[in-house]
Amino acid sequence: MLAERFASLRTSGRRALVCYVTAGHPDRGASLALVQGIAEAGADVIELGVPFSDPVADGPVIQQSSQSALEAGMTLDGTLDVAAAARPGVPLVLFSYLNPVLAAGRDVLRRASDAGFSGILVTDLPVGADPEREQWIGDGPLAFVRLVAPTTPAVRMAEIARHGSGFVYLISRLGVTGARADLPPGLRETVERLRASCTLPICVGFGVSTPDQAVAVGSVADGVVVGSALVAAAAKSVDGAVGFVRDLRSALDG
Amino acid sequence: MSESAMQERFGAFGGRYVPETLIPALDELAAAYAEALRDPSFTVALDDALRTYVGRPSALSEAPRFSGRVGARVLLKREDLNHTGAHKINNALAQAMLAERIGKRRIIAETGAGQHGVATATACARLGLECVVYMGEEDMRRQELNVFRMRLMGASVVPVRSGTRTLKDATSEAIRDWVGSCEHSHYIIGSVVGPAPYPQMGRDFQAIIGREARAQVLDRTGRLPACVVACVGGGSNAMGIFHAFVPDPDVRLVGVEAAGRGLDTGEHSASLARGTPGVLHGSLSYLLQDADGQVHPAHSISAGLDYPGVGPEHAWLHDTGRATYEACTDDEALAAFGLFARLEGIVPALETAHAVAWVDARCGQWRPDDIILLCVSGRGDKDVAQVAQMHTFPG
Repeated sequence: MLAERFASLRTSGRRALVCYVTAGHPDRGASLALVQGIAEAGADVIELGVPFSDPVADGPVIQQSSQSALEAGMTLDGTLDVAAAARPGVPLVLFSYLNPVLAAGRDVLRRASDAGFSGILVTDLPVGADPEREQWIGDGPLAFVRLVAPTTPAVRMAEIARHGSGFVYLISRLGVTGARADLPPGLRETVERLRASCTLPICVGFGVSTPDQAVAVGSVADGVVVGSALVAAAAKSVDGAVGFVRDLRSALDG
Repeated sequence: MSESAMQERFGAFGGRYVPETLIPALDELAAAYAEALRDPSFTVALDDALRTYVGRPSALSEAPRFSGRVGARVLLKREDLNHTGAHKINNALAQAMLAERIGKRRIIAETGAGQHGVATATACARLGLECVVYMGEEDMRRQELNVFRMRLMGASVVPVRSGTRTLKDATSEAIRDWVGSCEHSHYIIGSVVGPAPYPQMGRDFQAIIGREARAQVLDRTGRLPACVVACVGGGSNAMGIFHAFVPDPDVRLVGVEAAGRGLDTGEHSASLARGTPGVLHGSLSYLLQDADGQVHPAHSISAGLDYPGVGPEHAWLHDTGRATYEACTDDEALAAFGLFARLEGIVPALETAHAVAWVDARCGQWRPDDIILLCVSGRGDKDVAQVAQMHTFPG
């Protein structure tokens, strides 16, 4: 489903809008409405985050969303339930740290697929870290979205592209997740370096917080990932978050 | 200095479960570390600093009155006599020298009891490096004196207010800093945890404890100890003293975890006794976690043991049976803290007191000619104020 979505975007010359939200945030019901709302507002792909107790790659906004979702009882299984109930009609990526995935058991990939997920991204499972578990995920029913960082050397970029599917998530800058006022210099060069060894669509995230930034990223990449800014908006109101996605969409398409 | 090959895993445990951003930094670190070990200018400078600044070799003390009580000959490896008062300086100084060598002049550290933070601040002051220490707000309260010592030596101490506000969250926050700063900063992890090469590097830099102790015991008694005992949080002093004895099949290795309020209360830090394999802070090891894979908060009276994970090499020694892991409660450690002070004139760190308590609990079960080698990982000055508030010892 991810491949079809990116193919159709490519045909129509549009950029993908990838939206991250934390499952169970701001609460379970609102989370469901949020997933449906942002799909209708024009998200092409939704990354649904499994809250984790120790999110070392995340800044304060997503940390807080995870903590409040955990306190309200959200789990990986609960995340699958949110997806199954929402059925938003756009591809869903299960976004998680490794430990909840391991704890969920061998059949978790099939269960996620049944719940409507078409991809998985594991923040702390870089290429080559654990070949056995990477093969388990790679052989499963979900596309395996891998990350590339600004520090990743070109040789390793090629290896990551070979081991991934769906799309490649390019982290635009050093550091944890979180909205930033500016885009990093050198992003265009990094995307070009990656494109030299990668045929998958390239989506850029970390720090994108305004429609103008989304447009700037869209001018160099196949898609834009918006996370913390959207989670921060959702903490205030679901309608506000949906409106933010609508603004991003129209800016990207404009 | 150990010349063992670079090791990413200990059996199934260890690995590098980190955000992609850190992979190049870990590659660079592993290469720089391997190169440093082969370079006499590094190893000679480190040996010299350990001798003339840290005060190594640390003494091996008899413990006559404690030995009389337990019914065996207890020998104490006195890491409490090191500069800064604990074994932590062995690793912190070596890693700071390594960071200087690779041109990273900003150092990040996490700390629980503050001993690793103090050791890192010390090493940074000596080498003229910038030092940022993450410390849980709860631990800053428990260990005020160490916060002052770190600041006195020019370190920034950053309070961590997320999660449990203890060592686990301080470690997460230090990793977050490093994800954003790895191009110019080096992260000195305070224990044998974290992604490869940290568990091996931490063990290698602490292995001097066991190398010295093994030679000292042989020299003093002409034989090997029956048992080597050390406390285990992340497990760096234990790994340090165990390492030289791993090839000696007749030497029993015992790590003592913190049983907190009791192993069955759910309020403890006994990752090996009660945990299950899982991934935290970059490696696969035993972990206190719930059925959903969420990390369960640890508890211990001792801030340095108050951690829900344990070094991956301990997980491997545990699974292979080469070492055994026991646990002592807060109350047992408190009692041992006072007992050791009265019997030996040594105030042990609360962490160390767990190992003392385990030996003491086996009074009369030892053979009289048994030699027990006990690692006194640190001194208890830092704990005196905390203990004074909760206990009145007979005058």
